[in-house]
Amino acid sequence: MKEYLGLFAAFFKIGLFTIGGGMAMLPLIQHTVVDRKKWMTEGEMTDCIAVSQALPGVIAINAATYIGKKRKGLGGAFSASLGVVMPSFIIIILAVALLEVLGPNRYVEGAFTAVKASSAGLILYAGIRLSRQVIRRKLDGFLALGSLIAVTFLNLTAFWPILAAGIIGFAAGRIKK
Amino acid sequence: MTYIHLYLIFFVIGLFGFGGGYAILPLIFQYVQEFGYMSAGEFSNLVALSQITPGPVAVNAATYVGFNTAGIPGAIAATLGITTPSFVLVLVVIRFMEAYQHSRGLNSVLEGIRPATAGLILSAAILIAQTAIVDVSLISEAFWKNPAANFNLLPFLIFLGTILLIGKFRMNPILITIVMGTIGAFLCG
Repeated sequence: MKEYLGLFAAFFKIGLFTIGGGMAMLPLIQHTVVDRKKWMTEGEMTDCIAVSQALPGVIAINAATYIGKKRKGLGGAFSASLGVVMPSFIIIILAVALLEVLGPNRYVEGAFTAVKASSAGLILYAGIRLSRQVIRRKLDGFLALGSLIAVTFLNLTAFWPILAAGIIGFAAGRIKK
Repeated sequence: MTYIHLYLIFFVIGLFGFGGGYAILPLIFQYVQEFGYMSAGEFSNLVALSQITPGPVAVNAATYVGFNTAGIPGAIAATLGITTPSFVLVLVVIRFMEAYQHSRGLNSVLEGIRPATAGLILSAAILIAQTAIVDVSLISEAFWKNPAANFNLLPFLIFLGTILLIGKFRMNPILITIVMGTIGAFLCG
């Protein structure tokens, strides 16, 4: 029971303190799960990130389900997912009510801009940390750069670079053998 | 009836939405318009609100649409709907990966996907930095005509400061977010 509560609390905090969606959560998930709680190694986390991005759906829930399941089975997956969804759910309902009263506000907008800039920095750091882990061959560098360009400049959704990288990875494994 | 409908719509959105929140928003727009749950104006409120509130963007959007349409039970139905596919698919994939963990084919596929995800994360950093720091797209003509006019110094310093605090001082990301948000509330508004 204590472990379920621990997973719920950790993911509740992750859901509560990240603005900007799943990608913005990855740095905090890394920090909590790998550095602080030591629930996973950096390598296991890499697979979690790969699966969360390769599958459809909400990246944050994919990651929470993955980590919860690895840690404590089905109940763990449920606790972590519930934890990451709860803050959103409560805050949106409160915000709909509050915004009608408050309207747009200078301070809120300023804080929002700053948090976005800051979360870009956090995500960049997470990206560099992951790159160091996974880019070993020349091919890896090519795949990372390729998917970066595909999404940033060609406006493709994440599905296509992941599909292409999976196929190229498979082919490269065949050739090596 | 509305509850079941909300659940099913968001289930389908969760099942076919690749690439996370921002990629899923257009899909949500398509569906809620088709079924008359929301006008374009309301949808732009939804987009703004889902982005400035904490949590997964797609969950925020689902809660908003559900709440607007059918109150708290509606919010629960829509949120459960978008959560279910993620939850089930991840469990299935973990089982599959554990069953084939020694398969050479699966490992080669994963070795290709891992560096691609690093590229995706870096791309998210660029896209978010772009909206906070330069207003317009980095590859647009408008930006390069007059780079200085579209450049916001303070968000840029916050961006650099964050990298320093996390990279060098290993500061807790939650603390960084709170500090930077507070600075921004008074200086960026």
